[in-house]
Amino acid sequence: MKTLFSVLTVIAVIVAVWYAACVPMNIKGVLDQVERGGAVVVPETPKARRDASAFGLVVNNAFAIAEVWSVERPRLPAPHQVAVELWNTAVEKKISSKRSLIYHGKVTLSATLLGFAIGTGLGILLAVGIVHSKVMDMSIMPWAIVSQTIPIIALAPMIIVVLYSIGVQGLLPKAIISAYLSFFPVVVGMVKGLRSPDAMQLDLLHTYHASAAQGFWTLRLPASMPYLFASLKIAIAAALVGAIVGELPTGAVAGFGARLLAGSYYGQTVQIWSALFAAALLAAGLVALLGLMERQILKRMGEGS
Amino acid sequence: MNMQVISEAPSHTLTTEDLVIRARALDLTFETNDGPVHALKGVDLDINKGEFVSFIGPSGCGKTTFLRCIAALETPTGGALSVNGMTPDQARQKRAYGYVFQAAGLYPWRTIAKNIKLPLEIMGYSRAEQDRRVAQALELVELSGFGGKFPWQLSGGMQQRASIARALSFDADILLMDEPFGALDEIVRDHLNEQLLQLWARTNKTIGFVTHSIPEAVYLSTKIVVMSPRPGRITDVIDSPLPKERPLDIRDSPEFIEIAHRVREGLRAGHSDV
Repeated sequence: MKTLFSVLTVIAVIVAVWYAACVPMNIKGVLDQVERGGAVVVPETPKARRDASAFGLVVNNAFAIAEVWSVERPRLPAPHQVAVELWNTAVEKKISSKRSLIYHGKVTLSATLLGFAIGTGLGILLAVGIVHSKVMDMSIMPWAIVSQTIPIIALAPMIIVVLYSIGVQGLLPKAIISAYLSFFPVVVGMVKGLRSPDAMQLDLLHTYHASAAQGFWTLRLPASMPYLFASLKIAIAAALVGAIVGELPTGAVAGFGARLLAGSYYGQTVQIWSALFAAALLAAGLVALLGLMERQILKRMGEGS
Repeated sequence: MNMQVISEAPSHTLTTEDLVIRARALDLTFETNDGPVHALKGVDLDINKGEFVSFIGPSGCGKTTFLRCIAALETPTGGALSVNGMTPDQARQKRAYGYVFQAAGLYPWRTIAKNIKLPLEIMGYSRAEQDRRVAQALELVELSGFGGKFPWQLSGGMQQRASIARALSFDADILLMDEPFGALDEIVRDHLNEQLLQLWARTNKTIGFVTHSIPEAVYLSTKIVVMSPRPGRITDVIDSPLPKERPLDIRDSPEFIEIAHRVREGLRAGHSDV
């Protein structure tokens, strides 16, 4: 109960700060609008207002403050505007509609899940190789690290173009960009996890004359499970980012990325923010789902009470 | 000199069949950044079938290293070592011994029964045989009824008993124990020592036991090997005259105190000539 109260307090503070931030962010647009409606504004010309500080404008034109939370194309939309847009586009619209966020979400989700699956599979395979082969450890690991230092926003168009030229388009290029971002945390986490058994446990298997495969299945793999799930949670969020980034440079017509891009073309900030929130909610749901799986599996492995 | 000590001991009739472990002029040198470290130097020792041999000495005397050489976890750099008439590595591949480490090292994701089953799975026993042997091993260490528990649900002493059961499950003739009770408190330790003696009497295994504790070594052993460091070597081998039947209060008997005294002297001598 106390926790719930604390959580609600934090959320209330965030929302309050957001509402407050709308005032200086949107005041200029509001003043232009009310001036056109015939009201007297200080200072009088848009040119003079452009150079004035936002806070000064707020103080001098306090009568217009109420308007900043209901502008049609605000610089910063108010929370309730985003919430209404989310409701309208996610719940009210039919799922088949091009303007439904659920429709766009499904497009992005399918690329995310495919990319996550590819990335996780690749990451685990690489980690197994790295742990069992010194050559792979020394040759693959540096490249894996370098791969993550290249901004994905620079690389994504090239991946799309190259794949298009060999006839691959649609879901797969986006999934590959997702996989590119999500394999890395899995490699790092699994290498750490597969190496987590200590010397004594490895010696013990040695005294049983166990093969490397037996050591992998009985010791290394189960020991790596907590590490794997920590990595998977990072990887699924990264995969979602990858899918959205993959939708940006292609002029994709569907998906959260396309929604963001269209919103920025037409100055639809409310649409951008609602797509952002929808993506964040989706990511939170995916991570929560993995958390649930983790609890189930680790419980079966005897963790905790 | 070591040979002499051995021959001074009350005579055993040594046939090759009785001889389980035989070390001659065994050397092991670790190369480190600070130069070579002589972990073992000129170690001669015979261990016969059914003996309970303790290795005692200060840190760095090579007692654990010697045990690990027998288990083929370390490779000697000189001399000869045979286990059951084979090289240690051949013996390891034949699964000639069970090894108990200082920490129980049970897999936290396996129940006690499944932990004991681990070596049996690796060695390819049938399902039915696995279950039979697990039940038997649990019974030997008095843990029947705890097979379904996870390790964290058991006390430290019970965990160590489970790890002993794991080493016993595949019924190797040799049991090597590296300070198995070192991390346990005195009371639990006494209890486990008593149990270990009963277990040894029932199974007639050959046991190699590394310890820091003089009373523990004297109480358990038929033969006490006193070692000293830099370089790691044997300074005394004492054959215990104590009877095989040993209640805990035997530790107050004059014989017990006399042997303990001799062990202490041996440890002190090892230190003075460093």
